[in-house]
Amino acid sequence: MYYDAVIIGAGITGTMLAKDLSRYDLHVALLDKENDIANETTMANSAIVHTGYDPEDGTLKAELNVKGCRLYPQLCKDLDCLHKTVGAWIAAVGEEEEKHLDILADRAQRRDIPYAWLSGDEARELEPNLGDNVTKVLSFPTTAIIYPWEVAIACTEVAVNNGTELYLNTCVDHIEKTTYGYTVRAGEKTFETKTVIDAAGIFADEIAKMVTEDPGFEIRPRKGEYYVLDHDVEYTKHIIFPVPSDKGKGVLAVPTVHGNTLLGPNSDYVHGTVDTGSTVQGLDYVRENIKKTMKNVPYSHAIRTFAGLRPSSSSPDFIIRDCEDAPGFILAASIESPGLASAPAVSLYIIDLLKKYLSLKEKDGAVMTRKAQPVMKNLSVEERNEYIRRNPKYGHIVCRCEQISEGEIIDSLKGPCGATTIKGVKKRVRPGMGRCQGGFCEPLVLNILARELHKSPQEILLDGLHSGILEKENR
Amino acid sequence: MRKYQAVIIGGGSAGLAAAVTMKQNGIDDILVIEKDREPGGILQQCIHNGFGLQTFKEQLSGPAYAERFIDQAEELGVKILLNTMVTHLSKDRVIEYVNPEEGCVQIQADAVILAVGCYERSRGALAIPGERPAGVFTAGQAQRYLNIEGYLVGKKVFILGSGDIGLIMARRMTLEGAKVYGVAELMPYSNGLPRNIQQCLNDFNIPLYLSHTVTHIYGKDRLERIELSAVDENRKPIPGSEQYFDVDTLLLSVGLIPENHLAEEAGVKLDPRTKGPVVDEDYMTNVEGIFSCGNGLHVHDLVDFVTLQAQRAAAGAVRYLKEGQKTKPSVKAEPGNGIGYVVPAVIHPGEVSGTKEFFFRIKAPVDKAVVKAVCGGRVIRQRNRTKMVPSEMERITLTEKELNELDGDLVIEMEEIL
Repeated sequence: MYYDAVIIGAGITGTMLAKDLSRYDLHVALLDKENDIANETTMANSAIVHTGYDPEDGTLKAELNVKGCRLYPQLCKDLDCLHKTVGAWIAAVGEEEEKHLDILADRAQRRDIPYAWLSGDEARELEPNLGDNVTKVLSFPTTAIIYPWEVAIACTEVAVNNGTELYLNTCVDHIEKTTYGYTVRAGEKTFETKTVIDAAGIFADEIAKMVTEDPGFEIRPRKGEYYVLDHDVEYTKHIIFPVPSDKGKGVLAVPTVHGNTLLGPNSDYVHGTVDTGSTVQGLDYVRENIKKTMKNVPYSHAIRTFAGLRPSSSSPDFIIRDCEDAPGFILAASIESPGLASAPAVSLYIIDLLKKYLSLKEKDGAVMTRKAQPVMKNLSVEERNEYIRRNPKYGHIVCRCEQISEGEIIDSLKGPCGATTIKGVKKRVRPGMGRCQGGFCEPLVLNILARELHKSPQEILLDGLHSGILEKENR
Repeated sequence: MRKYQAVIIGGGSAGLAAAVTMKQNGIDDILVIEKDREPGGILQQCIHNGFGLQTFKEQLSGPAYAERFIDQAEELGVKILLNTMVTHLSKDRVIEYVNPEEGCVQIQADAVILAVGCYERSRGALAIPGERPAGVFTAGQAQRYLNIEGYLVGKKVFILGSGDIGLIMARRMTLEGAKVYGVAELMPYSNGLPRNIQQCLNDFNIPLYLSHTVTHIYGKDRLERIELSAVDENRKPIPGSEQYFDVDTLLLSVGLIPENHLAEEAGVKLDPRTKGPVVDEDYMTNVEGIFSCGNGLHVHDLVDFVTLQAQRAAAGAVRYLKEGQKTKPSVKAEPGNGIGYVVPAVIHPGEVSGTKEFFFRIKAPVDKAVVKAVCGGRVIRQRNRTKMVPSEMERITLTEKELNELDGDLVIEMEEIL
């Protein structure tokens, strides 16, 4: 098959680009090695749309973060995705750290980012769990939170509806230069394409090495580990940061769009890019360091821990450019924080680079919006009953903790990138995200998947192709 | 809004027993709300024997035990709504439920009995480090897959936690052809009933690793290996003690947590020790007209006690419907030396009718001890006990007269006899 562009990696960067390219008259393929989109870095992060005060002057990070975060409110309207402006606080402990706040405030001033000051006491008045040692707070009231993989899924839906081809379980192993452009090979599959966009996250350097001996950077993933607290406690209303250091933004307390709280992350370089496990040391680090800015952590409400990998690299900045000796091969690498916040701007920046190779003509009939499926528990009784009257399955609650109905689970299997696995359903409609962690609902979700996908229960996967759940039918 | 005299939330062992007792006591306008497709609750997946020794003086399987109450409920004409989830409960006892036939419905109850059961502690709550592959299940989840859905979840199994469901599953999976490599328990003693240790582990030569825990999980897609470590007296893993088991399945039997989110929404006060509501001798919570029983009140090891307490709660609700709120000042029933918790925890001296059992668990195993019920330094009742373990719920019974004469808090305490 001949393509204008092959995007490698269906994380937030790849899916956002796929969406934006889908308005043009182009033949585009979106490839991911995983069994679902948004399954690595986009799956496991702090879910924050930073406002852009943090990156150093003159960096791509600064430019694209400031631009990107301002695109999110409209983007989330268009895509019918959750977006909550909760505000972020940087909490300083002592005079040294307060001086650092001045630097951030100065940057915010120059970048036209709204900010405000609070004394430690004023801040504790609003956030009773803020640590007693916090002396001063720099507040960024426009900082928002989103549901990262919801945005990635929504982008993919738009892209696929507009003609983009999505290939999952497609692990690129060879790329050859051709007169046409490139041949991208993934096992048995081949893609002839004019351009390639390397948005492969933690594997971006490996992909780049398929077309150039020295891509000029090396991915050095940093692991971040988190605790998740149940939504029955409101631990913090704002995102609470410590004063950033050269190791990153520090250990945060972050409310999520669904009312949970994240505590984390740590920041540890890992050896080998596949190590996404959590560790004793990492979780201990989170517990120890959250104390710097927060108190009274209700660990008895912790329902899960998780770990994610940041696709950091030898470069301190994003790497978004043509690959020097491979024209038409665009690098979108080293997209660590604030990569999520920057994603809409990163995508437009890449499209600018692609203009050299592709003629971008808007096509007729491209639809750049999508409608999210209904969420029963957010509806009024009347609305809900209207849904149940039309489809009684909306009245059958499968997940008690998150109050999710069978109808919603079935909805999540539909559409251009519907769920096919237990984890896929969980990412889209959240059964198993609650306090019982799927203890009650997983067998029910598995049965629904089997019935709706016309498979046997043994064929239903947790996530990857070899992640079967049931061993054998009982004698 | 449809009104009921009493609504029982949960149609498992507690809910069914409560419903039957209410009907037998002349409360006719009652409704049981059950989320599953059939009544009986978790008993339906407990196909092993050992239920009902106290209640029926015979050994029944879980479904057979449930069936006795389902039959009784049917005979008495108890109305049970199936496939129905309660989504909200207010302190003035307005219940919102949802089901496929009626949609979202609000009803008003004069009395509410919470009989919602408990849920299993998950890997997330334990924060076991490592990957997140398929093959890690709570024991009850694996039990449901096997006994209800008809599928074995793996062939090479390790079990973390010596809770009863884990022990039962060790035997069950062995009988189904799986190899169970061992059961690890963080504490220096088992959390399961002694009879289950004997019948489910010892009889099958399955090793029990006391003072051990799983410290790492390996496997990207499906579980491949676990790391087991010994722990010190502070329950911290001891470096150098690691052993590895190449297993495809890890079952977690690491504790049950009473489900009380509806209770909390209604303003019910919980006991941090049991994680269930604080109830009085009639099993009423601090919210007037809302009662609690079963594993939602505190986690039981025997269904017989669930039944007994549900009957007491139902009798309490009947009394409340007929006579209203108790008005005299209350005293507390508190755990003293060596005791983890006491249920019920509130007593109304002067308004108690009938003898009352106080259920408790000891904190650590003890060979010989005397258990006392004390009030203001006065020993009201004492019993000598041998071989007490935290996994077995204990009880001490006080008479109506003894309770009505209490002039201060009742303390249940234990003194070890050396």
